Amino acid sequence: MEGLKIGDANLVVYLHPSKSNNVSDAVATQLSSLLFKFNESLDGVLLAYEPDVLGNLGTILPGIHPYFGVKLKSKLLLFNPKPEMLLEGKVVKISQQAIHMIVLGFSSAVIVEEDIREEFRYKIKRGKGSYVSGSQKKHKIKFGTIVRFLVKSFDEEVLHLSGSLLSTNTGSASWLHTNSEDVSQDNSNTKRRKEDEGRDNIVELSKRAISEEAVPLNTNPQTKKSKKRKGNDS
Amino acid sequence: MLLSRGREKERKRERERERENNKLRSLQLICCIIMGVQLAEGHQVEMSDVNYTDLEVSYHVRDALKSARLGQSDSYHELIGVLHHTERLAPDEVAMLVTSLKALSGAVSYIDSDHHKMLLSSISGMSLWNYGPDVMDVLVELVVALAAVSGKYLHLCLDMLVRNFVPPLSFLRLLQQPRGLAKKEQVLSRVHTALKEIADLVPLAPLRLEQVVKERMPHRSSKQPWILSVIYVENMLRLDGGAMGDLVGRTMLVEVINRIVELDVEIGWDELLIDDSNKGMFEMELEEGGMSSEAEIGKEKISKDTSNQKTLSGNDVAEHLDLLMVFIFEHLNLCYESGRLDQVFEVLLLSFQSTVLHAYKSKFSQFVMFYACSLDPENCGTRFANMLVDIYKNSTFVLEWRMGAVSYLASYLSRANFVSASYVVTIVESLVDWCLTYCKSQKGETNPKTHRVFYSGIQAIMYILCFRMRSALGVPCNETKLSLLPIRAILKHSLNPLKVCLPSIVHEFLQQAKAARLFSVAEDFPLLGVPESEISGDFGGLERLDMFFPFDPYLLKNSDRFIRPNFIYWSMVRTIYADDDEDEDGDQSEGSIDEDIEDGGRDDDIALDEFDNSLNKMSITPKSNGFGSRLQGHKQMPSRIRPSACPESL
Repeated sequence: MEGLKIGDANLVVYLHPSKSNNVSDAVATQLSSLLFKFNESLDGVLLAYEPDVLGNLGTILPGIHPYFGVKLKSKLLLFNPKPEMLLEGKVVKISQQAIHMIVLGFSSAVIVEEDIREEFRYKIKRGKGSYVSGSQKKHKIKFGTIVRFLVKSFDEEVLHLSGSLLSTNTGSASWLHTNSEDVSQDNSNTKRRKEDEGRDNIVELSKRAISEEAVPLNTNPQTKKSKKRKGNDS
Repeated sequence: MLLSRGREKERKRERERERENNKLRSLQLICCIIMGVQLAEGHQVEMSDVNYTDLEVSYHVRDALKSARLGQSDSYHELIGVLHHTERLAPDEVAMLVTSLKALSGAVSYIDSDHHKMLLSSISGMSLWNYGPDVMDVLVELVVALAAVSGKYLHLCLDMLVRNFVPPLSFLRLLQQPRGLAKKEQVLSRVHTALKEIADLVPLAPLRLEQVVKERMPHRSSKQPWILSVIYVENMLRLDGGAMGDLVGRTMLVEVINRIVELDVEIGWDELLIDDSNKGMFEMELEEGGMSSEAEIGKEKISKDTSNQKTLSGNDVAEHLDLLMVFIFEHLNLCYESGRLDQVFEVLLLSFQSTVLHAYKSKFSQFVMFYACSLDPENCGTRFANMLVDIYKNSTFVLEWRMGAVSYLASYLSRANFVSASYVVTIVESLVDWCLTYCKSQKGETNPKTHRVFYSGIQAIMYILCFRMRSALGVPCNETKLSLLPIRAILKHSLNPLKVCLPSIVHEFLQQAKAARLFSVAEDFPLLGVPESEISGDFGGLERLDMFFPFDPYLLKNSDRFIRPNFIYWSMVRTIYADDDEDEDGDQSEGSIDEDIEDGGRDDDIALDEFDNSLNKMSITPKSNGFGSRLQGHKQMPSRIRPSACPESL
């Protein structure tokens, strides 16, 4: 599956002096507050982190609040799906109008009727709906199926994906894996290409993280600027 | 007989036909609307010509939505018009609304936040309380579909559902009737099911829901009736107890506790405090007769001064709080029965530390902890006491918090009948150890301000022993432990705790210690019987933390039934010196005491049933009144907070 990347980042976490007796817990709390939220600085949704505090010395942040900055290097697992990426999700609801899925257990995805290729027809058997391929009868999408789909858009605020099954390399992941050599070959080529690109991105991110100044991760509202505010300021 | 059955069947068929016709007519109407054709009066269309499936109607709605994007919004506006029908809907209108909403559910992917603002605002403005079950079902289906189709509508849908937690104002009177309660259940069950469905489809929806619930919580200063706030809290607790409890329960509980604290602090201490601070807390509880007469006087005052806004608003707040306490106690009970109490208690502990402990002389909020501890004394009860001991001993905490913690500890151990005497002795040992270490590190003289943490600790020890000494001495190993405690050394220290602590507690403690022969009181402490000195009580500071006993008798009427069976009233405590007096008095007085106990047992057995055996057979002073009448006295409000008269269930 695409959309996942691992990056090394140099970070500075600003902590309140009251947290100085247990820095590692305080750092973990700060980093945890970023989990499952899209972060522009990290260019993705943080899913996991592995921090390594660099040294015992903290930098005091000048100002009224004497926050101190802890420098750390952290390995980050990020999720940032882009249009045309191939993702997989588990079907949690299916109706003629839409297929609802959950990706990686936290992100919701929906494929509406117009984005399902005509090959699939909606059928109801014993009260349960499913999309069945007209040409390949065994190619079915029903409740619980893992579906491979193309990303159309990603709502960064709610982490909601809009997907499509128009491409032939999409559909039930297990069926695609076992029955469609051509598709899977195409798929693997595309995937390899994308993976290479992704790896390059990771290397680029880590290079940038190392070469550039460390990204401050202080969640102190006084120093944080929202996206809107930035827009207004500029 | 057969004829009547036949008629019934005929009627049934007629009703079915009518329903079918309604449905067809509504389909016909909606198609006409969508196609931009007004159905003129008297214009007849053959019913047999109209036969549309839900999907077909949905396609028409899609066309209407598409055309609205292109600027042709006639059919779109007609559709919105249908959604605005709320009051007294005719069967036709109901069928039309159901069909429209169902069709919209199938067309949610065509809704555009820029072009269909009016439609979205109409949907979000709909109240489930205004409709019957048929409309409710399709409306909820539409909201779930809308929330899942795009992240843009998630907040709107959650907000709409949360607003349905409370009924419209016009509905409040109906809530006191059975059909109102049935309606309430119809709405709320659908709302909570919808929230769960959304959470199943959008895993991060509970995060948003927490925010929405917090934002929508009726504000205390709002002019809405407080009963709405109670219903809202009921919903919050339902969220905690429901399928999403693991995800949102923490926030819900914390918010509910915050609301309870908010109301608690609104009831001023001035209304509860008896001005004479010399009067000990023991006397306050002992004087049943006096108390009831005080209450009577208070009642008269209130009835005479009905224009007094403060008193009336105070009562209102107390009633509000009382009902909230009933809900949270019932909720905790359910959590205990379902095995979730441990998890919930963790949240309560954190919430207690962050809010209740710091609230200035909180009066009722702390009883949430008390009740939770009573449900599981071994686990929750012990954790609560240990946490308070830890806060008291931890020098990194602010002094006032530490003093507050030890006050809570003293009051809790004294009043909770579910805490074993052995555990009480263990905690007392721990406090004595700390106080002794403190004494050893100090060489100065009496100074209430500098050593206030120490004085609050030693006062706590004495207070606990006033209540629990006799039951503790009932166990042989405890007797040894207590006699070995270096209390004498602490009391004799140059810091002079006996001069600083509250005289009523010192007096009571020394009397009991003398009777128990813990140390030689007469020789070492000639203070016995001496009135309050100038410095006594000084360590409490302006906040008078020296006389803060958070678990003093509970004063809210409806929720009292949860606390009373677990509570030790001073009148139930049998002191050691009372035993000695009885021994001296002889057989005659014993007989009269037994009679008292028997009377009490007949009149009210709720408190004594669960109290330990030694306390079970206690006689109660003053002797002039029977125990039953005394318990009746406790039920009287010893303050100006009058018993609430809220409906039992809403």
